[in-house]
Amino acid sequence: MQRLFLPLTVVVAAMFAYAPLMIANAPFESTMLLVQKIFYFHVPSWFVMFSGAFLCAGASAVYLAKGSRDADHYAVTGAELAVVFGLMGLITGPLWARKAWGVWWEWDVKLTLALIVWLTFVAYLLLRRYGGPGSEKLAAGVGIFGAANIPFVYYSVNWWRTIHPKTTVVPTLGPGMRGAFWFCVLAFMLLMVLIVAARVRLERQRALVDELFLELED
Amino acid sequence: MSFLRVVWLLMRKDLIIELRSREILYTTLFFAVSCVLVFAFGFVREGQPMEDVGAGILWIAVAFSGTLALGRAFERERQSETMRALLMAPVDRPALYVAKLIGVMALMAAVEVIVVPLVALLFQAPLFQHLPMLLALLLAGTVGFTAVGTMFGAMLARARSRDVLLPVLLYPITVPVIIAGVRGTSALLQADPDPAVARAWLSLLLSFDVVFITLALWTFEPVMTD
Repeated sequence: MQRLFLPLTVVVAAMFAYAPLMIANAPFESTMLLVQKIFYFHVPSWFVMFSGAFLCAGASAVYLAKGSRDADHYAVTGAELAVVFGLMGLITGPLWARKAWGVWWEWDVKLTLALIVWLTFVAYLLLRRYGGPGSEKLAAGVGIFGAANIPFVYYSVNWWRTIHPKTTVVPTLGPGMRGAFWFCVLAFMLLMVLIVAARVRLERQRALVDELFLELED
Repeated sequence: MSFLRVVWLLMRKDLIIELRSREILYTTLFFAVSCVLVFAFGFVREGQPMEDVGAGILWIAVAFSGTLALGRAFERERQSETMRALLMAPVDRPALYVAKLIGVMALMAAVEVIVVPLVALLFQAPLFQHLPMLLALLLAGTVGFTAVGTMFGAMLARARSRDVLLPVLLYPITVPVIIAGVRGTSALLQADPDPAVARAWLSLLLSFDVVFITLALWTFEPVMTD
């Protein structure tokens, strides 16, 4: 990964530089027109958020089962990605909803699920930050519980919602939009790989410095 | 020692301590009652409660007082450094979890015995018309809430700023319990009660209970090991 890091950074930077052109050239959606363009960054940011959440949960399970420090580094990286990209989705979502649905927020399944998962991983980071020594293990428990909760939140919100009017505005993609959309998804996913690599390396170095420091003190 | 015997001994220990001081019971109970009263000031206008708020208030009172009880249950172990003794004891770790879970459940049941009639009284909610179903919902919901809460409470017993972190961690994870509990209860309370809907919510609560108790039993040992 060390050797691939620089070329990959160049590729991702180029993709993000080109993405606005692709988005601008994609055809307008028939009813929402210009507003719909936010979708090309909104949906990929949710993709990254949920990938981060599952990375965190998977790595947490490995950390608890095997006790490997490296798995914990992956877990914290996943949680941070989930929070940062989730925030991006939570900001772009209401901006889009205000124009397309006329409201800032809708208690729709996807929105509510995303909000609750996001809150769970904010709580995860709060625990790591303020929990004091030994909070990595506790955080691993929270990561696993948070991921296990996802289907329950989905079903409960879905049933809860059935009492209210349904919103069916998620557009079906036209052929011209599909290319730009998947291009953006790929750019976001590569960016995620890049961030994970950098962040895990940082955590490893930090752990190494701590170890060396302890050795020096003895 | 067998698993069940360990659970029984630990529960008995907690129960004896609680019966001597009744500290958690009285404080939690008083808190739950104050909670319901505060809601009454918020949601009763000109002597008439707003429509369909009884179920929500009941579950919020249960969740809030549950958080208080969970925090106190482990604070006691921490104060006298008995948490370490418990963890050092040559018994199955999950037995500690199960004992604490049942202990907190018993406390919550005592609180609910007072809070349910109080809500029925203050919000004119016909809570007793479908009593078996309501009890099943309350039981399944309380199990789900305390299953997650006991796990986090035990984890946080050694952490810094645990008082703030417990609700911060607990509420996002127990959202399905609250939704299912409130919607199930309000299906029973509406003018035209719908037991089928309540049963559907009950089944969601039961599957939540099964999944999270299993997960907690699996993760308790590694999480509580230093």
